[in-house]
Amino acid sequence: MDLGMNTDQETIKDVFSSFFIEQTGPESARNSMPLGFDAKAWKRISETEAPGMGVSSPTGGGASLSDLVIVAEEAGSQIAPIPIIDHVVASRVLEKLDLLEEEVLTGTLIAGLVVRPVENGVAKSVPTGAIANRLIALNEGNLVLLTDEPPNESLPNHGDLPIAHREIKNANVIAEGKEATQIFDRALNEWKTLISAFLVGITRSSIEMTVDYVKDRHQFGKPIGSFQSVQHGLADLPGLCDGARLLVNKAAWAGDKEIPGEVNLTDNEISDFATLASMSLIFAGETSLHATDRGLHYHGGYGFSEEYDIQLFYRRARAWSQILNSPSEECLHLADLLLKDSEG
Amino acid sequence: MDFELSEKAIDFRSQVKEFIENNLTSEIISNMHKTGTFNDKSFNEALASKGLLAGAVPGYGDRDPVELYLLFNELEKAGAPYDGLAVTMLVAGIINTVGTEFHQEEILKKLLTGKHNCCLGYSEPDYGSDVASITTRAEKVGDKWIINGQKMWTTMAHESDWVLLLTRTNSEVPKHKGMTMFLVPMATAGIEIQPIPTMASERTNATFYDNVEVEDQWRLGEVDDGWSVMGIALALERGVMGGTNPAVPLLKHVLNWAETAPSKNKSLMISNALMRERIARTAIINQVGQLLTLRAAWIAATGGMPGVEGSMAKIYASEEYQKVVGWFQQMAGAEGLLSFGAEDAAASGWIDYDARHAPVTTIYGGTSEINRNNIAERHLGLPRSR
Repeated sequence: MDLGMNTDQETIKDVFSSFFIEQTGPESARNSMPLGFDAKAWKRISETEAPGMGVSSPTGGGASLSDLVIVAEEAGSQIAPIPIIDHVVASRVLEKLDLLEEEVLTGTLIAGLVVRPVENGVAKSVPTGAIANRLIALNEGNLVLLTDEPPNESLPNHGDLPIAHREIKNANVIAEGKEATQIFDRALNEWKTLISAFLVGITRSSIEMTVDYVKDRHQFGKPIGSFQSVQHGLADLPGLCDGARLLVNKAAWAGDKEIPGEVNLTDNEISDFATLASMSLIFAGETSLHATDRGLHYHGGYGFSEEYDIQLFYRRARAWSQILNSPSEECLHLADLLLKDSEG
Repeated sequence: MDFELSEKAIDFRSQVKEFIENNLTSEIISNMHKTGTFNDKSFNEALASKGLLAGAVPGYGDRDPVELYLLFNELEKAGAPYDGLAVTMLVAGIINTVGTEFHQEEILKKLLTGKHNCCLGYSEPDYGSDVASITTRAEKVGDKWIINGQKMWTTMAHESDWVLLLTRTNSEVPKHKGMTMFLVPMATAGIEIQPIPTMASERTNATFYDNVEVEDQWRLGEVDDGWSVMGIALALERGVMGGTNPAVPLLKHVLNWAETAPSKNKSLMISNALMRERIARTAIINQVGQLLTLRAAWIAATGGMPGVEGSMAKIYASEEYQKVVGWFQQMAGAEGLLSFGAEDAAASGWIDYDARHAPVTTIYGGTSEINRNNIAERHLGLPRSR
């Protein structure tokens, strides 16, 4: 057991932490509106070959899921308005099916995932729908690849994300039947794990910026962070944030393992990837809601104003934690995995 | 991160699981709830005879904090009586760290047989969280100490051979610099134990010390340095000696109940969507509780001091446990109020029991508020608020 990072992972963290701080962050998020995509930052990250980092080496960077969660957390900590998670997950699917184009590998074309099943030929509220040149979707039991031009126009939304509906037409079937479902499920579990890591990043930054604020903001002649009511409202958050990070990393660890894991609910022994990915999304989502809620509150009226960053994190926490599913629905999916019956 | 336990740890865990399988009878469990004493000397003795008890002493022998965590976690998940054991082994760890040769021979060796218990005498009627203000006095008269005062929440005093007693020995210095720790034999004249029944089944005690005379050899640590001995206790405990997975046995009982209990429209409780959502959320809480505790144990095993991380695990596990049991008690409606032995009691009375027990877990061993102070000051770097 080792709950720390290895040397390579520490390097990954340092490199991407610097990148996201320099190239993304709240200002980039504001400037990327109304599309919700920072094309300049995407070009920069493409120069580092990061869009291909999840593809096997030597073609790509050969990063494991455990490496990728580190990148995703750093991206979340700067609410990076670039589709790095979707792109990496979709690239891994395309590689598996031998359909990876050079332009996707390099990031010249953006790939994304339709995370919900398509209904009546329309993929609704796709997270990268406004910008993705390649979209992978599960449509009537088949895995399809959509290669239409993206609309480059977002549906106005809570989290400033490049959300759009996309019609599934002229899509190529790239896998069928059981294979299609298996590939899609695997991709979705990777997506859940990495989005959870992004949410951990949002949580971490929200705690940090709020702690800085309450140390600085004075009322009644002293910093508001010296009041116990404020301290206790904040003191619950680091444990939740760390718990979410551990859970996300456990999911990534399970996803990287070759052998299938176990689900032993009554003994609290769980090492199954799908189960842990679902748990991560629910818990990291809930934690990010809680941390941004407290964070915004302790900023007082300023937290509500556009000028302050906490509201950007607040809205993105809500967007990412429910863009796949309502958390209650995700819990019901998790219950099916845990109870292994079909009662639900 | 790598979540795979070492082979040595996996082997130790299977020994513990096997021991529990062979030795934890339903009589032991029902007896502990009947008597309110969550300690079973024959069970402890059996643990000792299998060589598993020495592993339960923090800092002693070749068991690392991860294995210490595994032992108590398995006992907790199985619903075994381990409250007395945890305190006793904690005291054994303190003796191992600061005890004299006399303490090692006279007490530690006996504790390792499982036949003897220790209890903690820190809190008093007027001082709980503010423990540095305690007033129980120890005065040196000739070569002996005379102790007078009262302690509260001396759980297991009636099972114990010694009490780890925090006393005031100097009132002229700042309060945390004037305390001394003793290991007082419970058989000493002048000690009286009064049981305190609680709203759950467990019993605790108040203990009274009236001119209790002890020789200097029963002092643990230096005179006026009792605060350091308490610090050692906190460092050894590190949140890994049980108490961070209380909702695991609860969920087991709830699942057994939900699989047969009726819900609306002739379906079973296990098919109820709200019930399933809550089961799923409880499973997440149990995982997170386990991971936060493992993290504290891992830090300790790699040479760190997980004081803040222990606080995080303690707050999380106890507060969530109380929340979870509230969910299930409400799901069960009127039958969720029925106790052990009552006809139709939901989960055979376990829901009622856990709902009674849960509140104390956010209080004992450091209240949520004390732990939040710890995190706010030592982790978030906020100014001291007291």
